[in-house]
Amino acid sequence: MSITTTWYLLLAAILFSIGTTGLLVRRNPLIMFMCIELMLNAVNITFVSIGSHLNDLGGQLAVFFVLVVAAAEVVIGLALVVAIMRRRSRTNADDLKILGG
Amino acid sequence: METVVFLISAAVILSGALGVIFSKNPVHSALFMVQTLFGVAVLFVLLEATFLAAIQVIVYAGAIVILFVFVITLLGVDRAEDLKVEPISGQRPLAVVLGASIFGIILTVLIVAVGGPTGEQVANTPIGDASDNTKILGEALFSTHVFSVELTALLLTVAVVGAVVLSTRPTKPLISTLDKQQNDNLEDELEEKGEE
Repeated sequence: MSITTTWYLLLAAILFSIGTTGLLVRRNPLIMFMCIELMLNAVNITFVSIGSHLNDLGGQLAVFFVLVVAAAEVVIGLALVVAIMRRRSRTNADDLKILGG
Repeated sequence: METVVFLISAAVILSGALGVIFSKNPVHSALFMVQTLFGVAVLFVLLEATFLAAIQVIVYAGAIVILFVFVITLLGVDRAEDLKVEPISGQRPLAVVLGASIFGIILTVLIVAVGGPTGEQVANTPIGDASDNTKILGEALFSTHVFSVELTALLLTVAVVGAVVLSTRPTKPLISTLDKQQNDNLEDELEEKGEE
């Protein structure tokens, strides 16, 4: 049994589904961010495996930019979490319904 | 050999991902995420994307997870969350159904509809040897995609400035004027008492 691109895509699909489920289930904003990172990693596996399948560098280039955007997203997200935690010590995502006005 | 490496790293990735979701303690979730990220790095090596594997370990496992752990420990949110309490009734079954249905949709597209990945080479840049990976990637980034690289530089600058603005203590001038007003009121009261 040799490993084809389909196997990589299947693994990425499972990882993406786990990330989605975790994002919807957990209420701690930090763990929700981690689940977003899991989903981004699943997409990265897809990019690299498709790029390898087509012998095209575009997949790896896309992963490079996804990494940069993920880093920026984590920085801003954690700064937001810190800013929220400073006002309310116990924070989960459901507490932020006060933002609705 | 490739099969064995793939299966082991797949098991590492998936168990790490499940650990992120099911850990009560956020620190444990962060460590499980390191496990997943290392597994993905092994897959990148397997796909001959050596530069991305190194970047994956350095940036993700080295920087982003450390940032997570810093925030967790600094804010003291490492207390365990009670996973048995369901805040919105029916949220979890619906979440599991949604995740499973996303997986089902991808599976259907992947296997049933087209019978495997299809597509054409578009970037006109072949991958080449694994030993030349960094060179080829760098040449493509700084020739064809140099505008995108500049845009990411701008994005990172904006992110850093935004993080600093968000995490500084808010509105010091406002507080000092409030203090000044309170001081003025106190002085007025003292003056009134003195007059009496």
